Amino acid sequence: MHNFNYHRPNNVADAVTALGGAGDGKIIAGGMTLVPTLKQRLAAPSDLIDLNGIADLKGIKAESDGITIGAMTRHAEVAASSLVKSAIPALAELAELIGDRQVRNRGTIGGSLANNDPAADYPAAILGLGATVRTNKREIAADDFFQGLFETALEEGEIITAVHFPKPEKAAYRKFAQPASRFALIGVFVAKTKGGIRVAVTGGGNGVFRATDIETALAANFTPAAAKGVKLDPADFNGDLHGTPEYRAALVSTMAARAVEAC
Amino acid sequence: MTTETGIGAAVKRREDFRFLTGRGTYTDDINRPHQAYGYILRSPYAAAQITGIDTSKAKAAPGVIAVLTGADYDKGGLPCGWQIHSKDGSPMIEPAHPPLCKDQVRHVGDQVALVVAETYAEAKDAAELIEVDYKELPAIISTAKASEDGAPQVWPEAKNNICFDWHIGDKAATDAAFAKAHHVTKIDLVNQRLIPNAMEPRSAVGDYDRATGDYTLYTTSQNPHVIRLLMGAFVLQIPEHKLRVVAPDVGGGFGSKIFHYAEEALVTWASGKVGRPIKWTAERSEAFISDAQGRDHVSHAELAMDKDGKFLGLRVNTIANMGAYLSTFAPCVPTYLHATLLAGVYTTPAIYAEVKAVFTHTVPVDAYRGAGRPEATYLLERLVAKAARDMQMDQVEIRRRNFIPKDAFPYQTPVALQYDSGDYEATLDLALQMSKWADFENRRAEAAKRGKLRGIGISTYLEACGIAPSAVVGSLGARAGLYETGSIRVHPTGSVTVFTGSHSHGQGHETTFAQLVSDGLGIPLENVEVVHGDTAKIPFGMGTYGSRSLAVGGSALVKAMDKIIAKATKIAAHLMEAAASDVEFKDGNFTVKGTDKSIPFGQVALTAYVPHNYPITELEPGLEETAFYDPLNFTYPGGTHICEVEIDPETGITQVVNFTAVDDVGRVINPMIVEGQVHGGLAQGIGQALLERCVYDEDSGQLLTGSYMDYTMPRADDLPSFQVATHGTMCTHNPIGAKGVGEVGAIGSPPAVINAVIDALAPLGIEDMSMPATPLKVWQAIQSAPKKMSAA
Repeated sequence: MHNFNYHRPNNVADAVTALGGAGDGKIIAGGMTLVPTLKQRLAAPSDLIDLNGIADLKGIKAESDGITIGAMTRHAEVAASSLVKSAIPALAELAELIGDRQVRNRGTIGGSLANNDPAADYPAAILGLGATVRTNKREIAADDFFQGLFETALEEGEIITAVHFPKPEKAAYRKFAQPASRFALIGVFVAKTKGGIRVAVTGGGNGVFRATDIETALAANFTPAAAKGVKLDPADFNGDLHGTPEYRAALVSTMAARAVEAC
Repeated sequence: MTTETGIGAAVKRREDFRFLTGRGTYTDDINRPHQAYGYILRSPYAAAQITGIDTSKAKAAPGVIAVLTGADYDKGGLPCGWQIHSKDGSPMIEPAHPPLCKDQVRHVGDQVALVVAETYAEAKDAAELIEVDYKELPAIISTAKASEDGAPQVWPEAKNNICFDWHIGDKAATDAAFAKAHHVTKIDLVNQRLIPNAMEPRSAVGDYDRATGDYTLYTTSQNPHVIRLLMGAFVLQIPEHKLRVVAPDVGGGFGSKIFHYAEEALVTWASGKVGRPIKWTAERSEAFISDAQGRDHVSHAELAMDKDGKFLGLRVNTIANMGAYLSTFAPCVPTYLHATLLAGVYTTPAIYAEVKAVFTHTVPVDAYRGAGRPEATYLLERLVAKAARDMQMDQVEIRRRNFIPKDAFPYQTPVALQYDSGDYEATLDLALQMSKWADFENRRAEAAKRGKLRGIGISTYLEACGIAPSAVVGSLGARAGLYETGSIRVHPTGSVTVFTGSHSHGQGHETTFAQLVSDGLGIPLENVEVVHGDTAKIPFGMGTYGSRSLAVGGSALVKAMDKIIAKATKIAAHLMEAAASDVEFKDGNFTVKGTDKSIPFGQVALTAYVPHNYPITELEPGLEETAFYDPLNFTYPGGTHICEVEIDPETGITQVVNFTAVDDVGRVINPMIVEGQVHGGLAQGIGQALLERCVYDEDSGQLLTGSYMDYTMPRADDLPSFQVATHGTMCTHNPIGAKGVGEVGAIGSPPAVINAVIDALAPLGIEDMSMPATPLKVWQAIQSAPKKMSAA
């Protein structure tokens, strides 16, 4: 790890100021990706702006038609939250599947979204539920937020403050874990929402995406067999040591079917 | 008197309080006054010429004390401890192995420079400033292709990358057996390369004392005396009396901490050069590219049978990957620890095995939990399972038909070993009963209703450990003796310090050896302290590997106790005014036979050190004895492992739902520790069968599984609750009867798992599966299976 200047603001405005004043500043939330990256010397920011001192970014609350989760809320808090469990149990279950106990007690929902790892779990829930990402500047719809491998709609100086999830009629997440890392080799989030059926897939390629063929099939017939019957094109998927494109494509249909069954 | 703590008692491990509460003292916990830190700059290329190194910027960096390269290094290379001769009588090719590369690097992770600085971070920062000019060369990675014509050459002296081309057994007799065979079963197997992954990364602190001229090396080693001998005599030319090697608490070895590594020599050498103690500790990513790796065999085997499935002959051809250099014991692993095991538990009368060892541009390969015997067991038990299917015979029946019967011991195999004892029917019967083998088809049918493919697999294995008779291994190429030492120091008030040449790095010797001595001397367990791991404290010992500690190190302690009791008996006889021949020792008391005259061990000890009333003309005062024990033979644990799996055909994921291990490990001192050792071994064996593999990019030689993001270690939820039992036949040639338990789990289990996977997939017409049986591979096999799920 190289040396850096460390800032710990207690409000978002100060964080933005610190970020603006830094030569090559980087925001740190839970640090579950950034700290290993720093330790491996793959990143060497001049300044780290730590959001852990900002009380306003933490917590879970009920809001109009759903729940709102502060950006600095830990995965373990979401997993254990009675509010989340009663409103959107699939979201609590997903949080319980992230990483290991240590990661869940440190990692945050805002950090996961801003990083947008192509095999992360949370992006599937945000996209699958049609959630809204709130920042210090605006609100961004899930469909606009994720823009490919580690890319998001966030601009310079923009910090996620919370995520708002509308309550779905039904939802479930099914994850096939990559055996070594236990990130999602394929994770599928299926939700019946006011806006229709949404199926979000993580782990498949260059970032979370909606499996529209499966959405169409499920809109016509919301059964596991309908999901299973959809054959996706392997050309749209990545391959690596743990899964060929064909395997990943097949797993999407299988995991979608299992998610429907669990709905 | 010692029934609660003596031989056979499940005493809780005495060392666990410090390990579980973070109070162990590992090498990285040791800090010396004025200590500096070392960082090793490693090669980013698998094969490259070094055309220039500029260290000037690094030397000028903050905190830097020295930057040392191959050009600075003026001492010896790392030696190999075992010499194999090829079929034609020529010695193996033994290339130079300098701790720092001079003009060429031969694997990703090869050592290029040592930076010594005030802090580790400064050393690491400075290393980034070293400018190395590399000219990248083509690399050879594949074990199977290494000796093909035109493959890139690792060493100019090793033509076609061949280190040696060795054989064992009777070729003519084996050919004759095949000529009369009713059926020949053939199999091609890969025993994949593994990365050891001890919990504690390797670490070394070199400390040169200018005042005395003494060197001390603190290191993560399984055998500190072996390191002192190799590094002192062969690498740095430091005489033994000026070099102390300490291996304190060590957090797991599994073989990977047997070997003498470059970093140990470098910190010791550099400490003398800069006049400061130097600490180096591997980062986990560094361990992946610098700890010796395991396995990596490609084999073809053929089994000749008569019409009744009786084995007539076995032919094996193995290519073993040595990596870029010969690690300390690498050459003996695929030869004398592998091919000599190919008889297994069977009466196969004719065996011929050829083993070709090859160099590649990869991390060196050496002994890893089981070392050669897992490879032999996997080959044999996969082959036998296939033979049963070919012959349409029952998996159990074909094994029973070929077992060495229990009244046939000692049994001479056609591949050099002579087994002393065993009862393979007994371990098999117990395992069949415990695993409810007979009811399996019901469980398969029930699983099918849930959409799962259930399979069962068996492995009836044997291994050779308790290494080893020095004269025998010497004649086979070992450059060391393989005895063990033990010293027992009885203190004046009767408590005892035990000094053992064995080394504990998770095995629980501080408990087991204390039980052995407490039981033998009839004194309370808490009166026995076990000391190991420091060449300044213990007599010259050979350390711990090959499941040898109790069988060899424990036997040395028994011999030392015999000497203590013999001398103490004379002292007791003097005190009781009786003839020594009339005095017997039992449960900690010396008694004159047929009388009520008796004195306790503690009183004899006090007399030995306060010899006022003492046979001083016949006996020296004091009560301290040392024994060196050289075993007469290997020991031969064996047993039956039965694995039951369920496969989810939609995802290809294999779940081990049941695992039964019945092992004959000889005499058991502490059943809880034995069970723990079996559990750990099974986790590693199941890990190899289903999860672990080391993968290099075939072109660039980059390690693709260079972290836990891609290298799959077994986790608790990958494993079932094991059913384990022991069924002992005693070792006939050591005084304890112990055979060894450290490796049986890792040796016996992989073929049981894969045989179970193949059994589960058999209804689809699938006949083969390679390790590890990952979800991807199993899914692909199901996709391309001759029969579809619905038809199965």
